[in-house]
Order: sequence, then structure tokens, then C-alpha cells
Amino acid sequence: MAWTWFHRLASPPHVYRVAGRLTPWLAWPAALLIVAGLIGGLWLAPPDYQQGDGYRIIYVHAPSAWMSLFVYTTMAVAAGIGLIWRMKVAHAVAAASAPVGASFTFAALVTGSLWGKPMWGTYWQWDPRLTSELILLFLYLGYMGLRSAFDDVQRADRASAVLAVVGVVNVPIIHYSVVWWNSLHQPPSLMYLGKPTMPPSMYVPLLLMLLGFTLFYGAVLFVRLRGEVLSRERTASWIREAVRP
Amino acid sequence: MNDSGAMSAPLRPALGSKSDPGGPAVSALAAARLVLARDLKLAFRKRSQLVQPLAFFAIVTTLFPLGVSPELTVLRPLAPGVVWAAALLASLLALELLFRDDAQDGTLEQYALSGRSLTWLLAAKTAAHWLLTGLPLALMAPLAGVALGAPGRAMAGIVVSVAVGTVALSLIGSIGAALTLGIRRSGALLSLLTLPLDIPVLIFGARATELAIGGEAYGVPLRLLGALAVLGLTLAPLAAAAAVRINLE
Repeated sequence: MAWTWFHRLASPPHVYRVAGRLTPWLAWPAALLIVAGLIGGLWLAPPDYQQGDGYRIIYVHAPSAWMSLFVYTTMAVAAGIGLIWRMKVAHAVAAASAPVGASFTFAALVTGSLWGKPMWGTYWQWDPRLTSELILLFLYLGYMGLRSAFDDVQRADRASAVLAVVGVVNVPIIHYSVVWWNSLHQPPSLMYLGKPTMPPSMYVPLLLMLLGFTLFYGAVLFVRLRGEVLSRERTASWIREAVRP
Repeated sequence: MNDSGAMSAPLRPALGSKSDPGGPAVSALAAARLVLARDLKLAFRKRSQLVQPLAFFAIVTTLFPLGVSPELTVLRPLAPGVVWAAALLASLLALELLFRDDAQDGTLEQYALSGRSLTWLLAAKTAAHWLLTGLPLALMAPLAGVALGAPGRAMAGIVVSVAVGTVALSLIGSIGAALTLGIRRSGALLSLLTLPLDIPVLIFGARATELAIGGEAYGVPLRLLGALAVLGLTLAPLAAAAAVRINLE
């Protein structure tokens, strides 16, 4: 009986129903946490002694960067489950995640480069984190490009799943090679916010934003997952029951 | 392409031996060797296709003096990056041909049905691809290096680093080529899939070349390149075989 919940996840109608029921339970806490985190970060937190108010973009930048990796990992795990157990719903989760993850990656890049202007005096530095983030965006674009190149959904699912798994093996290699490359080419004059030296009034809003972004991803994922399931099962008879107003 | 049917004849003892697991006519390794020999023989019948990546490499290298400056003092610091970017692009260009002909005439399907390990057969195809593109590129890279102002003593370092690096590039590329088998006009997509995964190879390769040009010890980045090649060797043929099976279904 321990595995029944897992086997039931393979059933599209069940997932459609559960995702619909859970969405508000994720969306509302996400909204509350993000609003609380923004108030805490943009008004209540003290200005940084070096960066003044400029550092406050971290409250959007860091959660976006965290989500870009979190979503990629989720996508790869879902794709792996789909490949191993041939679970269509897992492939649908991966497919629904990719554009969300790519958007977070893009947001992290834009906020990172906006933050770079006051801190470094330039919009773009070949800094290891920005560079790996840019490569991550290319990985997302490749995944979505491969998926859209197939007409057959099942083939798209399985081919893109192989790519996601290959990509997730490579993400740490790419990251550390970029860090290594950068440490050779760039004088270590750039200072980051020292995380341990942050007072609680600064990092508590950051934690709220992290949690809020994660729940927001959950909510968006479930909405998109329902869309994926509907389009994949459009010929199934349970759809008529499910979408009846 | 008529000759490819005849060329797969040596594999025929392998076909149908699935029902006889006790004594297969050809072992996995022997089958892989046959595929390697077949691919090399076929490639030498179309020599122009062999030369194209090399010519491409030469042209890309020529673009930099024309676009940046003819001064060797300006070009010398750029040489490692230019050589590696050109090698990366040339190996990428050749990738499209890795599986395409065999997928179109059904040879890949026969491989998948032969009862032999598809992983080994694809590893052999990738080895042939490296022998036909990676190795010639490695032998040609010092020419580009010298043209960009690298000293003569850097030759060995450039050859070795490009040779090891292109092993990793061919292996990573085999996954991308296998994934895009069924897609028409797959060139741009193949680059988008493959290039991000190639970045560690570019970083370590360019670093090894840079150290070789500077006359310093390049053992560390070369070993890291070797590690990438070994990692690719263990995992890439498995992923490529999975991708080929998906596209043959």
C-alpha cells in the first residue's frame, strides 16, 4: 500500500484533480510570503554600509538564481522518472517546468546585470556566476528547442528527457570549470555580499522570498501541468467530465 | 550510398544470433571493430567530406587576423581561444554527418536490431568520427597556432591538447547528433544542444594551449581534459544509444 500514492500519480485524471486542488494552497502562501519578503527587504531592512540601497535587488536576484537551478533539477528528476518508469505525467511535469525555469534564469541574468551596473560600473562582467547562469539559460533553450522540434509528443518527451539527464550531469562540471576559468582570468577584486555577515533583518526577508518563489513555482507548475495534461489527453473521455463547468 | 549495404555485410553473422545467447558469432568488441572499419572505409570513399571540416577550421582561423589585426603581437594572446573555438565549430560541423547517412539508409536500425550492444556500436562510430575529424584537426591545429604567432615549441602541446579535447567533443556531440536524428535541418538545434555541454572542454583546452604557448607546464588542464574524455567515454555512448533507440521507434 506504501506505493499506491506513487502509482496513482501515473493516472492523468487523478493528477489533474490533485493539481487543481493544491494550486490555491501554494499560490496564496506564495503571494503572502513574497509580499512579506518585499516589504521586509525593500523597506524594513537597513541599507548596506557599502552598497547603500543598491543591494536590495538581491531580494529578487538570489531567489531567481536559486529557482533557476532548483527548477532544472526538478525537471531532470521528473524526466528521469519518466524515462525509467515510462510515466507520462512525469514527462508532463518536465515539459511544464522548462519555460518557468528559463524565465527564472532570465530574471536572474537581468537582475544580476542591473546589479552589476552600480557595483561594478558595467552591466556585464564575465563573472563565474553570471556566466554559468547564461550557460544554464542555453541549456534550457536547447531543451525547449529539442522538445518543440518533434511532432510526436512521446518522442519529444523521451528525447528531451535524455537531454535533461545529460544536462544535469554536466551542470556541476560546467559550473566548476567556469569558476576555475574565471579565477585565472580575473583579479579577485570584486566583493560579494558576505552572507554570514548579514544581520537577520536582511536575511530573514531573503529567506521569505526564497520560500515564496519556491511555492510560486509549485503553483505555476500545477497550473501548467493541468494544461499539459489537458492537451495530451484531449481525446480521452474523462476530459469531458473534468472540464464541465 | 549504394555501397553501404554491401559494407554492412561483415556484420551479418551477428544478425539473428539473438536466439543463441550461448555462442554469438561475433562478440560485442569484434562487432564494434567491424563498424569502425566500415565507417573508415566509407569515409575514405568520399574524401571531400573529410577535407571540409579541415578547410572550415582554416577559414575560421583566417577570419580573426582579418577581423582583429594582422599584428602577431595582438594575435598571440588570442591564439588559444581562436584555435579552440575553430576546432569546436569544425567538430560540430562534422557531427551532423555522424549518424545521418546510416539513419537514412536503415543501417542504424539494423544495428539496433542486431542483438549486439548498440552502445558499443555507437562508441565505434564515434571513434571513427574522432579518427576522421578530431585527429586531423589536432594535426592541423599547430599550423593555425603558428599562423597566429605561437612559437614552434608549443606544437606538441597544441597537438596533444586538441587531440584529447576532440575525443570529449566527439563523445558529447554523439549524444546531440543521436537526439536530433529524426529532425530535418537540425544544424542550429544541434549547436544549441551541444555547445553548452562543450564549454568545460573549451575552457581546459584553451588553458592547456595557452600554457603550452607560454612555454609553461600544461599537465593540469591536459589531465582535466583527459578526465572529461574518460567521463564522456563511459557515459556518452549509453546516452547516445538511448537517444538512437528513441528516434528509431
